[in-house]
Amino acid sequence: MTLAEYRKKRGEPLIREDADGAHDDKHPGALEYVQIGVILAIITAAEVGLYYLDLDFTLLVAMLLTLSVVKFAMVVLWFMHLKFDASLFSILFAGGLALAFVVFGVAIAVLRGSLT
Amino acid sequence: MAQAAATDHLETSTGLDNRKLLMWLFLASDCLFFGSFIAAYLLYRGRSVVGPYPEDLFDIPFTSVSAFILLMSSVTMVLALAAIQRGNVRNLRIWLFTTAMLGTLFIAGQVFEFTEFNHEGLSLSTNLFGTTFLVLTGFHGAHVTVGVLILLSLFVVSMRGGIQQKDSLAIELAGLYWHFVDIVWIVIFTLVYLIQP
Repeated sequence: MTLAEYRKKRGEPLIREDADGAHDDKHPGALEYVQIGVILAIITAAEVGLYYLDLDFTLLVAMLLTLSVVKFAMVVLWFMHLKFDASLFSILFAGGLALAFVVFGVAIAVLRGSLT
Repeated sequence: MAQAAATDHLETSTGLDNRKLLMWLFLASDCLFFGSFIAAYLLYRGRSVVGPYPEDLFDIPFTSVSAFILLMSSVTMVLALAAIQRGNVRNLRIWLFTTAMLGTLFIAGQVFEFTEFNHEGLSLSTNLFGTTFLVLTGFHGAHVTVGVLILLSLFVVSMRGGIQQKDSLAIELAGLYWHFVDIVWIVIFTLVYLIQP
């Protein structure tokens, strides 16, 4: 059974990405994109503001990483349309991201101790 | 012509367009590419035995403006896609050109930053910071440059009437690449510039 047949069996629509007007219904409009852009700008300003505050380093790192993840997710979900597109795209990208995290996380953990 | 039209409507085994699938596969592999450079930077952070050090060089207000410019270019890019998906070729051209110019501005800022750092004595071989920082941000800059060239190419094609509503996938693929470059900078900006032990 092909993935297309599987998706059809599950009642998922077959998406023809190059079909005329294929995106009109499932992608957000210009106004929503601008609203997300404003939120991203505010988060960036908050990040820079946090940098100048005299915060505990661990707290600062936690806050900056959280804001960074939020920005990352907003761009990927809305601007790159993973929120609206087929789940296979999400699986592919999340797979690459997860592989990078695991491989380089282990590399840093192992090598950091061996460096003098 | 008839053959090309027939190819456009071929069904794929996934039910998805293979070009878009390939772009996502490329972006997934690029995660590993940038992951290796980010990991190298984090691994060697604070291990340079000679200066200049990051705290001597980084100009956070300047880099913040650069980060803001690249972030806003993602907004203009997605507006270009929204325009062509609704058949508005004029707005597509405006937003494509704006995105390319914002990308060029970002690159100009990076060239300025590298030049300033070089005047302060930082090069690829000065210390571990120089090697890991310049390779990471340099490769990101190369990605942005390629993105600007793609956007300008699409702009020229659209000016010649070569992009219509039915060709929106080409803009979407360019947009995916551009947004990826943006999210990589979101990570670099936080991990390299803002978080300094």
